[in-house]
Amino acid sequence: MPETNPKPQAEHSNWTLATRRLLERRLPLKNMLPDRQPYYVGSWVYIFGVVAIAGLIWVVGSGVVLAFFGPQWWHQSSAGRFVNSLHLWGQYFMAGWRDGRAATWMVGVVIFAVSIVAAFTGFISQQNFDGEWIAVNAKDATNAAGIGSFFNVLNFGQMYGLHIMLLPVMVVTLVAAHIVLVRMHGVVRPIEPKQTAQPADEERAS
Amino acid sequence: MTMSDPQDRYYAGIRMVHFDLVKELVLALVAVSIVVIGLAGALSSPDDPAVTIQTWATKDPVDFVTTATSELSGQSGTAQYGPPYTNIPDAAQAVGPIAPQAWAGVSTPIDTAQDFVLRPLGFAAVGNPTLTAALNTYNAASPDQQQTWLTNYTTALANATVGNDEVSVAAGDYGPVPDLMANMLGLARTGALDGLLLRSGTLYQTDFTLPLLFMGDGNYLPDLAAEQHLTGDQWGMMNETGSYPGQTWLWLFSFWYQVPPFNTASNTDLVVIILMIVLTALLALVPFIPILRDIPRWIPVYRLIWRRYYRGR
Repeated sequence: MPETNPKPQAEHSNWTLATRRLLERRLPLKNMLPDRQPYYVGSWVYIFGVVAIAGLIWVVGSGVVLAFFGPQWWHQSSAGRFVNSLHLWGQYFMAGWRDGRAATWMVGVVIFAVSIVAAFTGFISQQNFDGEWIAVNAKDATNAAGIGSFFNVLNFGQMYGLHIMLLPVMVVTLVAAHIVLVRMHGVVRPIEPKQTAQPADEERAS
Repeated sequence: MTMSDPQDRYYAGIRMVHFDLVKELVLALVAVSIVVIGLAGALSSPDDPAVTIQTWATKDPVDFVTTATSELSGQSGTAQYGPPYTNIPDAAQAVGPIAPQAWAGVSTPIDTAQDFVLRPLGFAAVGNPTLTAALNTYNAASPDQQQTWLTNYTTALANATVGNDEVSVAAGDYGPVPDLMANMLGLARTGALDGLLLRSGTLYQTDFTLPLLFMGDGNYLPDLAAEQHLTGDQWGMMNETGSYPGQTWLWLFSFWYQVPPFNTASNTDLVVIILMIVLTALLALVPFIPILRDIPRWIPVYRLIWRRYYRGR
């Protein structure tokens, strides 16, 4: 991108300017929302990412409705029960994440791990026999790991709070970071013969 | 196209085509909405009501009284659990020097005799001279005498009968224990015990540690779970009540509980947790681990994924 403004004297010490330049270079808006992609992106495998995001939108949306009506509501109302079912099947669609780059992959694994805890606390928050038994059964694992004192699965208030606040914020934040990483790097090139699994950008620079 | 952008350099030589990400997301959202609404409408979701101490004491009074007696004698699962509930030497799981359960200590101390039996009965004894006398007799007896009564009563409960909503055993040397337990059963059947175990000194209650541990010590709750294929050795983590899928993503965690040597070890939970932490770390570090990161090249699923790309080569 051509520079038009004269460089200020203290440019080398301006952290804000350096951060902006880094973002402009690594994440220009045309890469964040690109209108052109390599032709091989037409493959079915790329559908999983966008379907997972659509599933997450459903999970968060239905979760907000459940949270407003309180944890007992869905047991007493057929509409509530329907929304809980949407929540369950929305969760189901969070299954597929597909990445190519190291940091992006690792953030994806962390999202997977946090999603498991988010779903687990959700199962406990059901307030039915299933949630009751999962809590009784799971305490042995959390106690054996030594985390039972601050992650007490038998404490409904604690599990519910984690499920509706901390864990969703973590999942959504990490997914946002994941998408930014994907857009920053672009989709990975197909594997070439005798090429390492991580193609180096510089090798391909023209 | 300017070559100052690393992405432009990365895609040099690759044919670029028009692509609409936002439209794709909207279409995916519409498709997922149709599937989610369809599945939710057609399949609903399971909702078996939670078991309370009241339903337990009503449906299986002998199991309730047997469990309450074991809480009073200090022989129940919770009494013998070790950290974080009780201070029992060597009860905590450990793998060699790794003993996080012991390191965390007794953070939720529970005296099963006091918390589950004697304190609730103390509230019920107000205005009840018979129960007050039974509690005084029990508390005044020596620990040896108490254990003799409790052992005799526990043995007799194996042949207990239920009539007129009461649990009866053959005559024997039980001291005041049958009176205490008859009152426990009465408290439980009215639902009062469910509330008394939630007492925390504040109006709002969210911590169900005591009633859940009490119910977990009996056979009624685990038997119901086994009927629904929910116990740990039945792949229970992956099941829901009914025939619904549960936390299917825990299949690997659940798998270790089904196979030797894990399923027979006394420290199964800790071994499986350590194993899963190591495996998750390996998964996260796949891009850096030589053999693991090369498998996709050896098993060329990628040729299927990008078959249009390779067709032209």
